[in-house]
Amino acid sequence: MLYKRLRYRTMGDRALLVELGNEIHATVNQAVRALFITLEKHPIPGVTDVVPTYRSLLITYNPLAISLTTLQVEIARARKRVKPGDLPEPGKFEIPVCYGGRYGPDLEWVARYTGMTPEEVVHLHTGSTYQVFMIGFTPGHPYIAELPEALFTPRRETPRSHVPRGSVGVGTKQTVIYPFESPGGMHILGRTPWVLFDPNRSPPTLLNMGDRVRFFPIQEEEMGCWKTRNPWKS
Amino acid sequence: MENTKSLEVLAPGPLTTVQDLGRPGFGRYGVPPSGALDTFSLRIANLLVGNAEGEAGLEITLMGLRVKALTDLNVAVTGGDLQPQCNNTPLEMWRSHRVRRGDILLFKAPRKGCRAYLAAGGGIAVPSVLASKSTNCASHFGGLEGRPLRKGDILTANQPQRHLADAGRALRASMIPHYSKQWLLRVLFGPQEDDFTNQGKELFLHAPFEVTPQSDRTGIRLSGHPVERKQRLPESIISEGVVSGTVQVPGDAQPIIILVETITGGYRKIATVITADLPRLGQIKPGDQVRFQAVSLEQALEALEHMEAIIARLKEDAQGSPSRLPMKTKIKG
Repeated sequence: MLYKRLRYRTMGDRALLVELGNEIHATVNQAVRALFITLEKHPIPGVTDVVPTYRSLLITYNPLAISLTTLQVEIARARKRVKPGDLPEPGKFEIPVCYGGRYGPDLEWVARYTGMTPEEVVHLHTGSTYQVFMIGFTPGHPYIAELPEALFTPRRETPRSHVPRGSVGVGTKQTVIYPFESPGGMHILGRTPWVLFDPNRSPPTLLNMGDRVRFFPIQEEEMGCWKTRNPWKS
Repeated sequence: MENTKSLEVLAPGPLTTVQDLGRPGFGRYGVPPSGALDTFSLRIANLLVGNAEGEAGLEITLMGLRVKALTDLNVAVTGGDLQPQCNNTPLEMWRSHRVRRGDILLFKAPRKGCRAYLAAGGGIAVPSVLASKSTNCASHFGGLEGRPLRKGDILTANQPQRHLADAGRALRASMIPHYSKQWLLRVLFGPQEDDFTNQGKELFLHAPFEVTPQSDRTGIRLSGHPVERKQRLPESIISEGVVSGTVQVPGDAQPIIILVETITGGYRKIATVITADLPRLGQIKPGDQVRFQAVSLEQALEALEHMEAIIARLKEDAQGSPSRLPMKTKIKG
């Protein structure tokens, strides 16, 4: 549900959570994106960072430069400025994934859990267009939703301590891609050769909040050739 | 830019990294701020050697760093007392010193605190990545090649000779922070304090917690009385942004104080350490004891103003320093 009014929660003396709704839902997330883009266009002096997530924005500020009260007034003002028509078109991406085998050690498990064959899992996973709800956890790490219900799974009971870079995982209603080797609690279906984060580019992330994403299957021997076709805007 | 070889790493210790004041402003890309954990100490160290307060320095964890000066250098060591030495003689902390080419600096072992900061006049010349020289070790960027220092690394500084005349500057003794093994951290409740039981909140404020060895730059993991959430509530919440100092409580009811390498999280957060106490988080080490004390927003801001006043005063002193002005003129001429 999208709240009628913004809800505020303080996180210490220098951060304010601004909540727009109470669930993981496309409408709520689009409202977060709209407010985020408006705040980017009309920055509030004293604000040091804005982190948009599923249903909220975390505003970090210098409390010696702007008071909490003024900050809330400014955010409410920004909300009124939001013009949905003005928002930039989200990016569209078709992401190559090598499913199963050594790159997708959990494809078999997901197939068993969902009562499908591995081929059916891949078919279903590549059959929908998804939305990037947020970037978080590690640099460039997208949370992509919402999976077809037949692919819902619980997270792994024991998270892996080392998930290889590029791994594409599913868990709950979501797909994630690990841009770096990191711990991870999702079921790994495959791997993409694409680089999702490059700190020397601007923006440093390939995918951004609001982008539309589809996946398509590639063969193991194709991993190398897709690597060279990373669609960064240069 | 004229860079001069300044320091050679003879031994890196368990974890020494290049850090400045971090890279706030990239949270939307999932990029955590990184940066020195004890920003107060790094800022002071920089000011003592005549750098801008936000210049990069070395964050030395616990012990073991051994470096050789490759040129005459103005250096200052602040933060945790890791028993710094120059050529086997104790080096006074919170004061800048002129070291000579060939001198060897060593951080022997922790006596108080956890992390020391070494600033050198002219800073550390590494490229700025996403607006900061800080090392993000998990994602391999920033600092020196995105990694901790290794034996054989050579650091460079920007015109270190310009800073030599600033040597001898010191922080007033009354302003030097004291570190013990028992920490009282001031917090503001929230953002999800209502999700915890009254008993959970009481215990959070009154029971001491022990710092576990699993602590690192992502978070300080505590163990102690369970901080219980209300019964019907699930372990996780919808992921949201976090800041360093936020105290999250996962399913096992053992709190974790989030530090600078984390940007989002999906656990409930009972309270957040006030900004003025954040630098002290960098000095807490495994085995130490932590207690929390609730304060008001006014008290939090007063404490922050007090800390900033110390920095401002040192900056004024530095500007009025007689050694500084002629040096500048000489270089210009």
